[in-house]
Amino acid sequence: MTNEAIPNLTAFDEAALDRAFASLEAQARADAPALEAELFRLKWLGRKQGLLNDVSGQWLKAAPPEAKKAVGQRFKVLKELVDGLLEGASGAGPTDAALRAEAIDITLPGTRRLTGAEHPIVRTMNEIVSVFSALGYSVGVGPEVETDYYNFESMNFPPGHPARDTQDTLVVASQERRASRDRLLLRTHTSPVQMRTMEQQPPPVRIVIPGKVHRNDAADATHSPIFHQVEGLCVDRNITFSDLKGTLDHAMKALFGSAVKTRFFPSFFPFTEPSADVQISCIFCGGKGCRKCKQSGWIELLGCGMVDPAVFAFAAEKQPAYDPKKISGFAFGMGVERIAMMKYGISEIGSFFAGDMRFLNQFV
Amino acid sequence: MKILTKWLRAYLQSLPVGDAQLAEDLTLRGIAVEGIYPLGEGNGSLYEMDITTNRVDAMNHYGVAREAAAIYGLALPDLAFPLPRPRPAGKPFSVKIEAEDACGRFTARVLRDVSIGNSRDWFAGAEVNTYFALLEQKKISNAVDATNFAWLAMGQPTHAFDLDKLEGGIVVRRARKGERLKTLDGVERVLEADDLVVADHKKALALAGVMGGWDSMITPETKNVLIEAAWFDPMAVRQTARRHGLHTDASHRFERGADFNAAPVASAIVSAILLANGGWIEGELVDVRVSPVEARTAQRQSVALALSEVRRILGTTIDEEGITAAAVENVLTALGCGLSSEAAAGGAAWQVTLPSWRLDIEREIDLIEEIARVYGYNRFANTLPAFAGGVRALPWAEKEASVRGTLLAAGFHEAIGSTFCSAAEASLTAPQPAQVVPLGNPLSEEAGVLRPSLVPGMLTMIAGNLNRDVSDVRLFELGTVFSGATDKVEERPALAFGAVGALPEESALHAVRTFDFHDVKGVVEQVLSRFEMRGIYFDRFPADAGLTPEWLHPYRAARVVSEGLTVGWFGQLHPCEAEARKVHKIKDAVLIGEIYLDRLYKLPLRRPIAREISRYQPVRRDFSLVLSESVAWETIDRAMASLQIIELVDWRVREVFRDARLGEDEYALLLGATFQAPDRTLREEELQSFQTQVVEAVGKAGARLRV
Repeated sequence: MTNEAIPNLTAFDEAALDRAFASLEAQARADAPALEAELFRLKWLGRKQGLLNDVSGQWLKAAPPEAKKAVGQRFKVLKELVDGLLEGASGAGPTDAALRAEAIDITLPGTRRLTGAEHPIVRTMNEIVSVFSALGYSVGVGPEVETDYYNFESMNFPPGHPARDTQDTLVVASQERRASRDRLLLRTHTSPVQMRTMEQQPPPVRIVIPGKVHRNDAADATHSPIFHQVEGLCVDRNITFSDLKGTLDHAMKALFGSAVKTRFFPSFFPFTEPSADVQISCIFCGGKGCRKCKQSGWIELLGCGMVDPAVFAFAAEKQPAYDPKKISGFAFGMGVERIAMMKYGISEIGSFFAGDMRFLNQFV
Repeated sequence: MKILTKWLRAYLQSLPVGDAQLAEDLTLRGIAVEGIYPLGEGNGSLYEMDITTNRVDAMNHYGVAREAAAIYGLALPDLAFPLPRPRPAGKPFSVKIEAEDACGRFTARVLRDVSIGNSRDWFAGAEVNTYFALLEQKKISNAVDATNFAWLAMGQPTHAFDLDKLEGGIVVRRARKGERLKTLDGVERVLEADDLVVADHKKALALAGVMGGWDSMITPETKNVLIEAAWFDPMAVRQTARRHGLHTDASHRFERGADFNAAPVASAIVSAILLANGGWIEGELVDVRVSPVEARTAQRQSVALALSEVRRILGTTIDEEGITAAAVENVLTALGCGLSSEAAAGGAAWQVTLPSWRLDIEREIDLIEEIARVYGYNRFANTLPAFAGGVRALPWAEKEASVRGTLLAAGFHEAIGSTFCSAAEASLTAPQPAQVVPLGNPLSEEAGVLRPSLVPGMLTMIAGNLNRDVSDVRLFELGTVFSGATDKVEERPALAFGAVGALPEESALHAVRTFDFHDVKGVVEQVLSRFEMRGIYFDRFPADAGLTPEWLHPYRAARVVSEGLTVGWFGQLHPCEAEARKVHKIKDAVLIGEIYLDRLYKLPLRRPIAREISRYQPVRRDFSLVLSESVAWETIDRAMASLQIIELVDWRVREVFRDARLGEDEYALLLGATFQAPDRTLREEELQSFQTQVVEAVGKAGARLRV
C-alpha cells in the first residue's frame, strides 16, 4: 500500500506547526473508524512507510535546531493519539455476526487421546508396597521357579509334611531323580524371598515382597492357578508380637482408611509361631454387617505371625546372626487379587488374566 | 467338622456362657467356629468348625471342651468308661508289632457273645442315638457306631474286627509286594512292600490307620469281636493312604499325629457301648508299646520356659500388668501341661511337661504361642518398632516404571497373561526352541510348558477380545519368560505388546486411523528412547533366511538391534497364525511384538540434558526426491548423517507418495531439512552450499531431485 505523502513543511513557527499537526490529527481521527485496524496501523505506524515515520523523517529532520523541540512535542502528542486510536480500533475486533458464523457445537464430546490403564493388580500391589516403604521396608523379589528348599523346606514345611497339602504345587517336569531340596517347582507363595533375603544380609531386615505365585488349583470365581501376593518380613532385636499388630493395624488403616479396625485370630502357618489371621472391619458397611462380609462385620484379609525359630535356624546356616535367642521378627502376607476384588468390586478372579479391553478400560 | 454344644456341655456342665458367646470365645482363640445352627429347644447348637491342620487334638468334642475349660478356668473331667471285669482268657490274645518304626502302640480287646444290632442311647455319656441324629451321622450298627462315637468324642480312630474271621493273632507289619487286600470300600487292592498292614498270621486284614478290610468286617452274624485301638506313625500312614488314593478320618488323624495315650480310653468307649447290648470281655486289654515311640510322644522331655522370653516375643499388652507368671501357669496347666518352677536370674522360669495329645507343642516358642492364644491376641497393644535403616529400591524399578509409563501414555492397557502355554505355541515363539521347560503336572495340555515368550499369551488375549467383538485392542504385558532345562530354569523380564483396530483416539469429528506397522514402530522407538543407547537400528532378514520369527509376517516385521544385540521383534502377525487363531475375520492387521527387557535394563535410563536453544532463525529446506523402490529411507537417512554438517540440526521424511507420473518401481519422498547455527544467522551462500551438499549426498544414495 502506498501512503499519501505528508505535505512539505516550510515554516516552523508555532502557528504553522499547529496547523500542520492539527490537520494530521484530524486525518487520523477520520481514518480510525474508516480503516481496519491493521490498515490503520500500517498507514500511521508502518515502519517504513507510516505517516508518523514520515513526520519524524521529514518534518523533524528539516526543522531548524531552535524549532526541533516544538516539533518533537507535537509529534509526541500525535503519536499518543494514533496509539490510542489504534488500541480502540483493535479492541473492537470482528463483528458479532462474523463470530456467530464461526459457532461450533461445544456439546459434542471432546476428542480424546486415550491413555492406557495400569493393571488393577499392579496398581494394588504398588499401593501396598508404598504403604510399607513409608515404614522403612525395601522391596525384595525372587524367582517364580523355586527349589523345594526355598519354597517349602526352609519355610519349615518338612518333606512329606501334611502342611504341604494345603498348597497344591505345580512342578517342573523330570524332578523325580533329583534330591528333594533341589526339585524345581513354581513357588506357591512369595515366602521363599524371605529366606533368600536373610541369606544375603544379616539383620536388621525390612522387606516387602510383591510377586506372582502359582498353585495347582482348579479355577473358579475366587481361585486361580495364577495369583499375586505381597509378603513382608521384619527382623531385628526386640521385634514383638505387639509390633506386628501395630504395623498391620497401621498398614490396613493406610490402605483402607483410618476408620478401619483390625482384629487378630490364632492361626497356623509352618513358618510363623505364633501365627495369626487378621480381619479388618468391613469396608462396605463399617462393621454393621452386610452381604459382602456375610453379616459378620469383618473381612479376613491376611495371615501373619512371628518368624518361627526353625526358619531362623535355616537362615543361620549362611548368616549366623539369625540367632533366635537374640533376634526376633515377624512376617505377613496377603493375596493381592482378593484385596483388588474387594476394592474395585470385581466378582471373578479370572477377569484379571483375560486381557479383556472392556474390563481394563474401567481402570483408566 | 461338626460339634454339638449339647455334647460339649455334657463334659463341661458348668459352662458359664451361651452358645454364641462360646463360639466367639473359641474363635478368638483359634478354634474357629464358622457357623452356628440352633437345633431347637434342649438340643443346643451345631457348630461348623474350621480348625487349622496343626490342631487335630481339637477336632473332636472332648478336644473342644478342653479348650473351653482353659478359656473359662473350668475343670475338665476325665473320659471314664468303666468296664465289667473280664473273664480270664486261656492265654492272652497274641499281638506282635513287627514294624516298630511305623506302629508305636497296639491295643486289642476281645469281646465275646456280643449281639450286633441297632444303636440307641445306651447310658449317660453314650447317647449314640441323640448325638448321631443331631449330627446327621448315619447309623450302621452298634459296633460301627461305637467306633464312630469314640471318634467323634475324642478323635481316636478304632477298628472292630470279626474275631472269627481271624487266623491266629495280630501282626502289624509291612505288606508283601503283590499281597492282596479287599478294603471296606469294596476295592480289591494290590499292596506294595512298604504299605503298613494289620494282619493275622495268614493274611493282611486292614490298611493300618487308613481303612479296614472287607473280609474281617462286622456283619449281623458277628458274635465275637476284636477291638483295635492303636498309634501309627504319621509318615507311614501318609505314604500308604497316598499310594492308594485314600483319605479317611483315621488317616487324617494319624498323619497329623494321634495321642499315644488315647488308645486304651477309646478302646473302653467302644467296648462299653458294644457290651451295653450283651456280651463279655475275654482277658485283660492287650497293650503292646514300642518304647522309643512312647518316649517321643507321651514321655517327651520337658521344655524350659522363661517369662522374660514370653515378654521378649510377645511385647506389650493393653493391660499394664502384662503377662504374669500366674497367667502363664494357669494357661498351660489348663491345656494339660505340668509346670515346675525353676530358679532363674531374669524372673520366673519353668520346666514344662507336654501333654501327649499336643504333638504340635515341642519348643518354648510353641508354649509362648499357647500363652498368647489363650490370653487373647486382641489384648496385646498395637506398637510400632523403631527403625533406623534406609529403603532400597530394586535396581530396575525405575526402568520398569519408565517402560510401563511409556506404553500407558501411548494408550496401551496393561494385561497379565498366563504363565503357561502349549508346547506347540512354545516352539513357535521361543527365541531358543530347544530350551522350553515342560511342567510335570500341568493344569492342561494347553498349559503344558513355562512360557518362553509373552507372545502366546498376548495372542490369546487379543483373540479373546476379537471373539467378544471388541475390535480395538491395545495391550501390553510386563512379565517373566522362562528358558533352560528341567534342572536349571532361567527367568528373564520381557515386554510384549499387541494392537488391532483404531489408534487410541476417540473423536466425534474426524475419522480415527487404524494401527499400522509404523504406529507400533513408533511405540518401540519411544520405549527405546527412554534408555541411553547408541547404535540402535531396525533391520529385517530375507524371508528365506529363516531368521525372522515364524509368528511374524516376513515382509512386515523388524528386528530391533541395540549395540549389536537383538533387543526384540515386532510387526504384523503372520497371516497363517491369524488364521489359526481365528482372528483373520477381522480386516485389520494384528500388530504384535516382544522386547527382551533384560537386555534393555542393562542400559542406563537416559538422563535429559538441556542445551542452549539457538536464538537465530532456523531455515527449513525441502527436497522432493524420486527413488527406486529398492532404496529404503534408511539409505537416505545415512547419507544425511554422513554429511556431518553441524548446522544441519534436523532432517526427516515429510511425506512419502506414489503417483502415476513416477516411473514404475519408483516413489517420491519429501525430505525436510532444518539448518540453524548456534551463534549467527545463516547467510544465503552458506545455505546454498549446504543444499548442494545434500543434493549430492542423496544423489549418491540413489535419489534424484524431482523437477
